[in-house]
Amino acid sequence: MTLTSPDIIDLLAGITAGSALDRIRAQRPETREQAQKSYLSLFQPEDFGDVSEVERHAIASFVAGLHRQADIYEFYTNPIEEGGANRWLIEVLKAEIGAGRATGPYGNYPIGPLNAENAPGPTYRVSEASRQAIGRKLSAALEHAHLLVFHLRDANPQALQALLDAGWTTNGIVTLSQLVSFVAFQIRVIAGLSLLSTASKRAAA
Amino acid sequence: MTEHAIIPEVANPPVVFTQDEIGWTPWLQPLAEDDLTERHLKGLVEAARAKSPYFRLLVRDPEVLEARTKTDKDIFYNTRSGLPRAERELAATAASRYNGCIFCASVHSRFASHHSKRGKDVQTLLDDGVEADLGERWNAIVAASVALTATPPAFGEDHIAKLAAAGLDELEIADVIHGAAFFNWANRLMLSLGEPTPAS
Repeated sequence: MTLTSPDIIDLLAGITAGSALDRIRAQRPETREQAQKSYLSLFQPEDFGDVSEVERHAIASFVAGLHRQADIYEFYTNPIEEGGANRWLIEVLKAEIGAGRATGPYGNYPIGPLNAENAPGPTYRVSEASRQAIGRKLSAALEHAHLLVFHLRDANPQALQALLDAGWTTNGIVTLSQLVSFVAFQIRVIAGLSLLSTASKRAAA
Repeated sequence: MTEHAIIPEVANPPVVFTQDEIGWTPWLQPLAEDDLTERHLKGLVEAARAKSPYFRLLVRDPEVLEARTKTDKDIFYNTRSGLPRAERELAATAASRYNGCIFCASVHSRFASHHSKRGKDVQTLLDDGVEADLGERWNAIVAASVALTATPPAFGEDHIAKLAAAGLDELEIADVIHGAAFFNWANRLMLSLGEPTPAS
């Protein structure tokens, strides 16, 4: 399984074998390998546990869409699209990404001097029509993912209770939290390295 | 059985950014130390991490935790080449300050101070925020880390140009990118699975 998976960060950052950025990444082989293993353990685990394969790809697609990263969004929606029966899910995700767009980070600090830095922003809820279509478990995950993407400092135990009430287990919430947070990392490595790659090619030209 | 989130009663919680050794308490039940299996211990990477409620919570998904821990360690501790440790910690601190993770910022600002011997400048970053003037090189690292932390990311060619002008080569710029990006992983876990507790 792992043998057939290309390095996802290289793939999505456009880093080709022998390029300057390939040589930079080769100096950090452990980072490269473990970032890939993080991806594989979230999206191709031996046991999907309490979070299904489709749920994982749907949540990652939503996170990439909120970050307005078209290539990464497509990368995560492709496996959903290939399972033709779920094409309706892509339509729901597109609508919800459109409704959830914002600029972060925003949110409030605990009561104290940092309240001067509180920054307002939207609290996203899945539309009623979408909730009907995707059910309360995935809806709760998208709402939590939006909180984690844009206004992480507003997080509180009630947000976790909402997930538990919607059918998430404690183990499932840990996986969900890792998945959203990993994709936030992966997106930034890809965005950063692809820009560095462009700058490097220009300097060499 | 329905599981419940933990709502801790934290007296005198930390409400400002600090370099003090503050603590953290979870909102979901970590695994008990006695219940950890071989698979969990492998996920923890270091046996000492079994003492931490944060890692005993994350170890509920051991394979992800193992890969994440090894990614973290290489990004920050592999300093045979590339960016000095102090400036990787500065990138982590800047991302944490901008996202608002008081706990993450406390740990990594201490590391940044220790390795740079510029504790006052680090404290200025915590007190005044990411616009603080810390000199050309640190300003470039903080600005790049903050731009990458924004959603959507606002990292641009001007950030790379400023890092290069401050003397960073491509490997060092890649280290800034990884340091800041990693804290967009760590901040989200720390802020959403528990809360800081005061220094003991």
